Amino acid sequence: MNIGKISLSASILALALAGCGEKPETGTEVVRIGSVAPLTGPQAHLGKDNENGARLAIDEINAKGLVLGGRPVKLELIGEDDQADPKTATIVAQKLSDQGVKAVIGHLNSGTTIPASKYYRDADIPQISPSATAIAYTAQGYRTAYRVMANDEQQGRVLGQFATGLMGAKRIAVIDDRTAYGQGLADEFEKAARAAGAQIVAREYTNDRATDFTPILTSIKGKAPDLVFFGGMDPQGGPMVQQMKRLGLNARYLGGDGIQNANFLKLAGADAEGVTASSPGLPLEAMPGGPDFRQRFESRYGQIQVYAPYAYDAVQVLAAAMRRADSADPAKVLAALPQTDHQGVTGQIRFDAKGDTTGGAVTLYQVKNGAWVVLETVK
Amino acid sequence: MDIFVQQLINGLVLGSIYALVALGYTMVYGILELINFAHGEVTMIGAMVALAAIGLIMGAAPELPGLVIVLGGVLVAIPACMLLGFSIERLAYRPLRRAPRLAPLITAIGISIVLQNVAMLVWGRQYIAFPPLLPQGRHEILGAHITDLQIFIVLLSVAIMLGLWFTVRKTRLGRAMRATAQSREVAELMGVNVNTVISATFLIGSALAAIAGVMVSAYYGLAHYYMGFMLGLKAFSAAVLGGIGNIAGAMLGGFLLGVVEALGAGYIGDLTGGFLGSHYQDVFAFFVLILVLVFRPSGLLGERVAARA
Repeated sequence: MNIGKISLSASILALALAGCGEKPETGTEVVRIGSVAPLTGPQAHLGKDNENGARLAIDEINAKGLVLGGRPVKLELIGEDDQADPKTATIVAQKLSDQGVKAVIGHLNSGTTIPASKYYRDADIPQISPSATAIAYTAQGYRTAYRVMANDEQQGRVLGQFATGLMGAKRIAVIDDRTAYGQGLADEFEKAARAAGAQIVAREYTNDRATDFTPILTSIKGKAPDLVFFGGMDPQGGPMVQQMKRLGLNARYLGGDGIQNANFLKLAGADAEGVTASSPGLPLEAMPGGPDFRQRFESRYGQIQVYAPYAYDAVQVLAAAMRRADSADPAKVLAALPQTDHQGVTGQIRFDAKGDTTGGAVTLYQVKNGAWVVLETVK
Repeated sequence: MDIFVQQLINGLVLGSIYALVALGYTMVYGILELINFAHGEVTMIGAMVALAAIGLIMGAAPELPGLVIVLGGVLVAIPACMLLGFSIERLAYRPLRRAPRLAPLITAIGISIVLQNVAMLVWGRQYIAFPPLLPQGRHEILGAHITDLQIFIVLLSVAIMLGLWFTVRKTRLGRAMRATAQSREVAELMGVNVNTVISATFLIGSALAAIAGVMVSAYYGLAHYYMGFMLGLKAFSAAVLGGIGNIAGAMLGGFLLGVVEALGAGYIGDLTGGFLGSHYQDVFAFFVLILVLVFRPSGLLGERVAARA
């Protein structure tokens, strides 16, 4: 027993020493970049998608070779799991700060990105979120917070105008999943729809782990809406559409980018037909580097869920800032980030003073014959 | 009125699923005084195995009627879950039977996490869609909609629960189970093979979990490695609400919790003028649970347990 313990601690010590002495290649500096997204839990498929997008970019940059301050640099991605949970997100953020990562790509959800952003600000680490769209994220005024996707203000406004305009909705029921993203989008949508003269007949709530929506849908049915808006993600949106049909609630269904993905179609099945949803940015096919990106991504990781191109661009924007600063030092990279003018896969990326992208487009899609079809792009 | 009837139907369907899972908790607790936290995960494995089998059957013989394919899935899932439940008891709980009560409880939580992660590795992180194989016929009662599947779920649950109640009350195995529940030592002295009885309890509970798992995934149209957690928690609450260890109590608790949840979520917003919204539906359900426990600490149908000699 004792001998076992001693030899165990000896081998741990040996490992630790080996770890200290490890040098990857002579002269090459390793720069670690964190990538945080939910890798377990209901949104794990989206999280893995983001991480793969970031990984593709890192591998391509490494393959091309990155030289900063005269030394060859190898980027290393540290993938972390925040479980889409705000509390876990802060723990992961603290861990990444302690590990001394030079930048963070993430998080995926607005609800995790916002609390984590404080930790990155305190540690002066640049943070670029590929997919957090809540207004509150950049409204905090942190100089470390950036995102490469249009925010919910733009998206909610477009959705609200579309619902009342082209879809002709007069009585609208709004459901959100109580996450920073779902709630923020639903609030912005409600504001825009009200302004356009529609009546909000019900405002109901669920959560991002729920599968049963029949009670709230039944309650909504009693108020006879002609449109149901959902601020949330596909694991809830898909079953919700099915349950609407089952209850005989014949209203149209509208959502944001959280449901505008392939998985939603699978989960909603035949009931997905006619569902409308928006997504920030251009459709992948219309993106400047879209078709090429799809080919490179899918040959390695399989089908793109939704945000992978944004995660890819976030890493490229970061690498470009490092090249301009000629250093991976976070302080210098932070000074270089505002001058970003990057031709990415998703479009031309520039930042405003808050860290939001300028000129983000929003595209509306509808399910026709079991596939998302582009309706129109609003600039 | 039609909205109220609809909410009642929603609650009954949900409640019958809770009840079926709650039976598994309550049976194990009745006999071992162990809260088998892995039970929710057994339900999940049942759904996953059934879906995998359904996929295989659909690939091999797509011309079979949907009902037969689903039945095939269930018939694969039941033995798989029984084997799983049996192994869990044999490997994780039996060695700890004489350990302090906290040890098997923590083991149970550990098993539950292991099962979740194994399922994640095997079936992936995605939500898996349940193919639309079952009849989708819709009927109207008093202006409310009810589907064939919902009627089937409620009827099947009630039938299974009655069957179980009969087993425990009227058969030799049932008598052995009740004896073991009263006092393991004395039952053993009377010639009851306690290990066999406990294994039988886990086998029956796991078979029920498999059926409940398929029902849940067919009803909501999806399965996911995480689905057992919340379902297990709610079913456990249902068992406590009805009086843990009591079979009729688990049924009553399940139905009650389902109905309270549906009515709570449906009306809380209107009743409070929008002050409390439907996101408080779980609060509502657990509030009822607390209220019942304050006045009846051993649950609605639970007996006051005198200190054991």
